Amino acid sequence: MIPAGFPQALTSQTWRMEAGTERQNEYVLRTVEERGVRFVQLWFTDVLGVQKAVSITPAELENALEEGLTFDGSAVDGFSRVQESDVLARPDARTFQILPIAGGGPEATGNGAGGHQVARVVCDVTNLDGTPFEGDPRNVLRRTVERAREKGFSFYAAPEIEYFYFADSDVPAGTTPIPLDNGSYFELTVADLAGDLRKRTVLTLEEMGIPVEYSQHEDSPSQHEIDLRYTDALAMADNVMSVRLVVKEVAQERGVYATFMPKPLYGFQGSGMHTHFSLFEGDTNAFCDPGDPYGLSKIGRGFIAGLLRHAREITAVTNQWVNSYKRLVPGYEAPVYVSWARNNRSALVRVPPHKRGKPESTRIEYRAPDSACNPYLAFALVLAAGLDGIEEGYDLPPEAAANLYEMTPTERLAEGIESLPSSLDEAVDLMERSELVAATLGEHVFEWFLRNKRAEWADYTGQVTNYELARYLPRL
Amino acid sequence: MFPDPAPPEVAQAADLGGYPWKPVNTAEDANIAEPEDGWAGAIVCADTQPSAAFALCRALRKREQPLEPLILVVDHRQLADLDLREDLFDDLIVLPLRPGELAARLKLSFWRVGRGTRPELVEYGPLVLNLETYQAAVSGKPLDLTYMEYELLKFLATHPGKVFTREVLLSRVWGYEYYGGARTVDVHIRRLRAKLGEEHAHLISTVRSVGYRFGQGRW
Repeated sequence: MIPAGFPQALTSQTWRMEAGTERQNEYVLRTVEERGVRFVQLWFTDVLGVQKAVSITPAELENALEEGLTFDGSAVDGFSRVQESDVLARPDARTFQILPIAGGGPEATGNGAGGHQVARVVCDVTNLDGTPFEGDPRNVLRRTVERAREKGFSFYAAPEIEYFYFADSDVPAGTTPIPLDNGSYFELTVADLAGDLRKRTVLTLEEMGIPVEYSQHEDSPSQHEIDLRYTDALAMADNVMSVRLVVKEVAQERGVYATFMPKPLYGFQGSGMHTHFSLFEGDTNAFCDPGDPYGLSKIGRGFIAGLLRHAREITAVTNQWVNSYKRLVPGYEAPVYVSWARNNRSALVRVPPHKRGKPESTRIEYRAPDSACNPYLAFALVLAAGLDGIEEGYDLPPEAAANLYEMTPTERLAEGIESLPSSLDEAVDLMERSELVAATLGEHVFEWFLRNKRAEWADYTGQVTNYELARYLPRL
Repeated sequence: MFPDPAPPEVAQAADLGGYPWKPVNTAEDANIAEPEDGWAGAIVCADTQPSAAFALCRALRKREQPLEPLILVVDHRQLADLDLREDLFDDLIVLPLRPGELAARLKLSFWRVGRGTRPELVEYGPLVLNLETYQAAVSGKPLDLTYMEYELLKFLATHPGKVFTREVLLSRVWGYEYYGGARTVDVHIRRLRAKLGEEHAHLISTVRSVGYRFGQGRW
């Protein structure tokens, strides 16, 4: 027995490389059979970060795993092309997961599951010849992560996802959405439906292998926050899509509507997705230098400097809706000015203090993104901006000391502190001039995104809003 | 079991292990008496008729489906005779026979050739892994694991009590196919603990500045 196993051990690594995919596929097929899975959802994301799913039966799965599933890309936002519109969804077998929730995903095609086990597998989208499809956001992130990897870096992300629970998604004109509670920060109320929903959501996420670091009631009425434990950026972007689905599904089961709209209520804090980022070189945190007064290495400083330099250009993606800019206003702990600090929550980039004796937890927190961004594109741009700062060796500007909101415009000008774009229109203009964004997103996504956002802005500017009617109609 | 009649103490030991058996003298006898689903193994006592015993072993090995496991029972003076006959048997017992030894060796041999009662199951406390169907359950509740989570849990559960560094886990579980360096291990451990649930998360413990251990340490 022992001699027989010996040569096998020598060749096992080569074998693993060749047989890896096959074994993963075998695992998926066997699990589908053993667990009585009736439908498998193939997940992918459009350019605006809306989750898409095609449901297939177990009988179709084997073929889909081996060859991919052909579908018409022209039906998906940002996938349309002039000529060939067929693309392939290629399941990433490593992401196969039985869903602990009953229903089908949003926009799922095919039959409802009707109480049977449903599984999902995240897909990469490719052209029919197998090359990565240029319109696939997951491919944009994969490409950027790969660039970091060539430099020896692995890129980790940990978002804090905020959202609201409302009684309904349908809000009659002239009224505001109805929050489920009037609880504020850290408040515990008896028979708290929203709190119960959040707990169920966290448990469901943990069952799906999405570890939750922390969850809490946020500042605004019915606003909640779920903080995810860090993982590599690609898996995390997949996780963010799962979180959105689970939050909405769990709420829907109880007849409640959950929303990631950046600013649903006037006068209250909006929903951000502050995200913690770090780079590792093997086992070592590349941002960390215990000898530095800020605890930051040259790489860490360069990353922040690059992110600050390109922050205004990438805002159209991290904050991609007209409504996103209603959140980025002074007074609500949302960033407005391009700055960094350690313990100043008005700064755009924060360097949270790491736990004593745990320098490996050194990271930066980027506070601009909102919960309705496309996580694949947002993470890709943050990484690209940071890498640019490292490569070009940009100097880190001085730490913002005071509360930036309390400074006068002249004081800010003197300190060289710029503002984030104040509207989608301004953000799109800044993005259009950015070589970094064009290179990172690729021509296809870049062009489509600009066109789509220009159209959104044009549509918005033509609207007559409730604000105007209430203010002007009685007086003018 | 060779020979016919079977030595009483060996027969008794087989009965003790709960294994049904039939005595035979030749390979021909074995073919005739073979049950429909085939022999599960053979016990050959070579102490009284060594030549016939080794001939039988050879014949059983040359069958279209070589019969294994084959357990040889010998007298201690015969040990030298086993030289160059290693291919004829899978395990051996030296007389005098100790009660329970035959049953223990049969069990082990059956496990090795994958024909034990439930050889594909790995059990540890409330955790059960079925290596054949790739399914895992804790306290009877199935765990919905991704492929890598399953592979990691399988590796840990088949080496309980042993501490592994992140590097060892990476090379043994992930091979060359991994993103993100040794942090990947921490991330997957955290996912596994999340899926095991609060009650069972402690099955995987963190050994400070070393790595991870499944189950209890040995001391």
